[in-house]
Amino acid sequence: MDQNEREQMNEDIRQFLIESNENLVTLDDEIVKLEKTPENKKLISSVFRTIHTIKGTCGFFGYDRLSGTAHITENILSQVRAGQRKLTPPLISLVLEAVDKIKMLLISIETTGGEGEVDCAELIGRLEQAHLDLHWPAEETPVAAPAAVKTRAKAKTDAAPSASLRMTEAAAGVAEAAPRMTEVVAIREEPVAEVALKSASAPAPVMVAKAEAPEPAAAPERRRPEAANSIDSTIRVDVGLLDKLMNLVGELVLARNQLLQDTSSQSATLQKTSQRLNLITSELQEGVMKTRMQPIGVVWNKMPRIVRDLAQQCGKQIRIEMIGADTELDKTIIEAIKDPLTHIVRNSCDHGVELPAIREGKDKDAEGRLLLRAYHEGGVVNIEIADDGAGIDPAKMKAKAIEKGLITEEQAAQMGDRAARELIFAPGFSTAEKITSISGRGVGMDVVKTNIEKIGGNVEILAGEPCGTTIRIRIPLTLAIIPGLIVALTSEPGGRVKEERFVVPQANLLELVRLEGAKIAERIKSLHGTPIFHYRGKLLPLVYLRKVLGKSAAPDDRDVVSIVVLHAEGRQIALVVDTIHDTQEIVVKPLGRQLKGLECYLGGTIMGDGLPALILDVAGVARLASLQGRTGVGQEAERGRMQQVDAPTQMLLLFRAGSFHRLAVPLPMVARLEKVPTARVERAAGQAVLHYRGDILSLVPLAQVLDPGCAHDAFAPEIMEVIVFTDGVRRIGVVVDEIVDIVDEAIAVRRGCTAPGLLGSAVIGGKVTDLLDLHAIVSASGDQWSTAQDDTVVLREVA
Amino acid sequence: MTPRPTDSRQYATFRVADLFLGIEVLKVQELIRRQEMTHVPLAPQAVEGLINLRGQIVIAIDTRRSLGLPAAEGDDQRVNIAIRTGDSVVSLLVDEVCDVIDIPLSAYAPVPENMPLEQRQLIQCVYHVKDGLMLVLDTARVFENACS
Repeated sequence: MDQNEREQMNEDIRQFLIESNENLVTLDDEIVKLEKTPENKKLISSVFRTIHTIKGTCGFFGYDRLSGTAHITENILSQVRAGQRKLTPPLISLVLEAVDKIKMLLISIETTGGEGEVDCAELIGRLEQAHLDLHWPAEETPVAAPAAVKTRAKAKTDAAPSASLRMTEAAAGVAEAAPRMTEVVAIREEPVAEVALKSASAPAPVMVAKAEAPEPAAAPERRRPEAANSIDSTIRVDVGLLDKLMNLVGELVLARNQLLQDTSSQSATLQKTSQRLNLITSELQEGVMKTRMQPIGVVWNKMPRIVRDLAQQCGKQIRIEMIGADTELDKTIIEAIKDPLTHIVRNSCDHGVELPAIREGKDKDAEGRLLLRAYHEGGVVNIEIADDGAGIDPAKMKAKAIEKGLITEEQAAQMGDRAARELIFAPGFSTAEKITSISGRGVGMDVVKTNIEKIGGNVEILAGEPCGTTIRIRIPLTLAIIPGLIVALTSEPGGRVKEERFVVPQANLLELVRLEGAKIAERIKSLHGTPIFHYRGKLLPLVYLRKVLGKSAAPDDRDVVSIVVLHAEGRQIALVVDTIHDTQEIVVKPLGRQLKGLECYLGGTIMGDGLPALILDVAGVARLASLQGRTGVGQEAERGRMQQVDAPTQMLLLFRAGSFHRLAVPLPMVARLEKVPTARVERAAGQAVLHYRGDILSLVPLAQVLDPGCAHDAFAPEIMEVIVFTDGVRRIGVVVDEIVDIVDEAIAVRRGCTAPGLLGSAVIGGKVTDLLDLHAIVSASGDQWSTAQDDTVVLREVA
Repeated sequence: MTPRPTDSRQYATFRVADLFLGIEVLKVQELIRRQEMTHVPLAPQAVEGLINLRGQIVIAIDTRRSLGLPAAEGDDQRVNIAIRTGDSVVSLLVDEVCDVIDIPLSAYAPVPENMPLEQRQLIQCVYHVKDGLMLVLDTARVFENACS
C-alpha cells in the first residue's frame, strides 16, 4: 500500500467514525422511546438502519469485533421488525449494552487505530443466546447495566474533542427555516397545559418537547433534512475554523462601529458604502453566530437514556420532561455543561425522587417527574433541573456537615435554610445514607459548581422541601454579541471633559426617562436619605451609578436627570447616569481574573473608538447599591454582604400610627406617598375622603382601624401623611402619623398574627416591627378590592 | 559562539522607580507604548485599567503600586509589557524598558534580606549584573496579588 492509498484509507475511516458517532447520538434516545412505544414501526426501522449501516461499513474495514456485535444486534432487531418477538425491557437493556460496546469500539478505533483491548465475546454470546431464543429471557436474567453506564460516561468525555459542527449552507438554512417555523407552531398548539402554565413566567418563548412523545419529530434534535439532500447541502467544518471566523467577525464589527461613528467627515459615496458595509457586517455576524449555536437539546437528548437506566437500577419510576430544548447556546458552552448537567440529573434521580412506595405514602404520583427547562434571560441562559422528590432537608444537611467536620455547631446554628442547602456544594459532602453505584461518593456537586463557575456561570438551589428540588444553572453568553445601551459618567478634571462609558445589556432595559426642571422634584423624593423615584404608579429605589462605583457625587443643581429603568432578578431599579448614548451591538469579551471579584461587571467590550468599556451587571449593581444604602462603601459593605447572602432582602416602608410606633409594608406595594393638609379632607357617606387626582380617595385612619377603642385622631395635625395603595383600578389612602424610614433588609424573626389588620411581627432594623395586612385594612374600611393580587404579594414577601 | 541554554538565561529588563527588574524573555509577548486606558471603578488597587490589544481586552497592572512604591511624578511615559499567563495576557506598566540580556546562571544570588517584605515576596531571585543587581519579578505572584 503506498502513501497515497494509506492516506485515502485513513480519510475513509475518519469519515466512517464521524458518521457513526453522529448516528449513535440519536440512537440511545430512539431506543429508550421504543421501550415506551414498542409498536412504533418507524422507530424500529430507524434503529435497525443505524446498526445496519455501522455493520456494513466496518466489515469493509475489517473490524471483526465491531461488525460481529453490530451483526448479531441487527439480527435481533430484524426479528423485532418482522414481528417475531416483542421488545421487552431486558431485551432493550441488552440492545443498549450492545450500543455501548459499539461506542467503546469506535472510540478505541479513533484513539488507537484498532479495536484494542475491548472484549466482546461475552456480550456477543449473550446476544446470540437471545437471538436463538425468541422468548429470551426465560427467567430473571441479571441486567449488567451499571457497568455499561459507567464505561459509557467515560467514553463520552473521551469522544468530545473529536466533535465537529455541521454547517448548513446559507441557502439550505433559509429553506429549512420555513418548516422549522411551522413545527414550532404545531408543537406549541399541543395540549401541554400543565407545562405551559409552569413556563408562563419565562420571558423567552419556550418550546415544549416531551421526552415520551411517540414521534421522533418532537425530539430536541430537529435538524433532520431528507437523506438525499443532506449530502448536497451540508458540509463538515472544523470547530477551530469557526472560532477563528468568529474572532474575525468580532473584529469586523468593531471596525464597522468605528467607521460609522465618524460618518460626518465622509463623502457621500463613502457614506453610502459604509452603510452597505454596515448591513453586510450585521448579516455576516448573524450568520457566523448561528453556525456556532447548537440547541441545548443536543445535550438533553442523552438524558432520557440516563434517567431510564438509573430508574431501572433503583427501582424507581421517573418521567422526564423538557421545556426549551431548542434554546441555543454557543458550542463551547454546550461542551462545558455536558458533564455537570448529567451529574445533576443523576443526583436528582438517585437522591431526589423517592421510591414508588414512599411516594404513594406521601400522596404523590408513584411516577416521579424530572423537568429540564432552559430559557434566555438578560443575556444569560438559565437551565433548571427540577424534581418533585423529597427535597433537601436543611436540618439533615447541617447534621451531616457537622459530622463531616465541614462546619462547627455554632456555624450551623447561625446558618439559614438556604445556606444549609448550599452545603451540598461543599467539597467532600455527601448525604446519601447509602453510597450507591450512581452517586453519593461526595465528589459530585462541588466539582459541578467549580466547572460551571469556570465558564463564568453559577449554580443555585431554588426550592427546598417538601416540593422537591430545583437547581438552577445560569451561564452568561461570554462568547456572544449582544445589543447594549451605552451610558456614561462625565467628569471635568482640569476643565477637560472626560467621559467614562458603560454598557447596559439591552435585555435588562425597561425604559429611559429624562426629567427636566420642576419634574425632578416632583418625581424624585428623598425619604430619610433614600432616594425614591415615582415610576408608573410605583416607587422604585433610585440608584446613582456614580455612587455605586465609588465616584464623587454630581452637583445637585442639575436641571436634567437621565434615568435608565432596569430590571434584573425580579426587581426593578432606576439607575441615574450622566448621559445616555445610543444602543450598539457589542462583542462581549471576558475580563481577566483580576476583575472576577467585581460583581457589578458582566464583561468588557471594545467601543467604536478602540477603547475598552465595561458592561454592567445590573443585578450586581442593584445588590451593591442596596448594601451601600445601609452600611456605606468599603469593607463594611463587604461584611454586610457576607451576612446577607443567606436571605433575600426586600425594601420596606416603615411608619408610625397612633400607639403603633413601628409598622412596615413592602415598598413595591406603595403607589405614592403624599403630604396633605387636613383641611382638604371631606366627608362622603360618613367616611373621610379626599379629592385626589380627579378621583375620590377613601381615607383610612390607620390607628383607629387597628385599635378601634383608641382616642387617637388621625386628622388632628395640620398636615397628614397619606400612603396611597392601589390595586390597579381603585385607590385607598392610609393615614398615618409619620413616615419613619425605608429599609432594605431580610426579615430576621417572625412572630405570628397578633392583632386584626396585622400579619405578624418581625425584627426590622434591630427593632420589633409590625407588618401591616393591607387586605384586612381594606376590608375593614368597608371596601373590597377587585383582585387578591396584593394579598399574595404580602404573603409571599413576608414568608 | 552562542552560549548553551543550560548555561544562561535571557531576561527582558526594565526599570520601576530605582529598581532594576527582569522577566524571562519567553514570557513577554510584546511591548506597547502609550496606550489609552479605560479606568475600572472599584477594581483592585493594583489594576490601572484596561487596554485594547488588537481586539483583546487586557488588564494593565501598575508595577509601582504592586511593589508598594509611590506613583511617578511628571509626565506619564510608562510602557506596557504584555505578558502571557496561561491562555490570557496581562500587561505590566513599567517606567522604562531596557535591553534583553543574557545572564549566566552562576550570577545567582539570594533575595536580599533587608528588602521590604512587600517587594521581597514578589521577587523570585536576584542576579549580579554589570552595574548592580537585577531582580527577577515573579509575575505569577504579581498577578495573583492584584486579584484582591
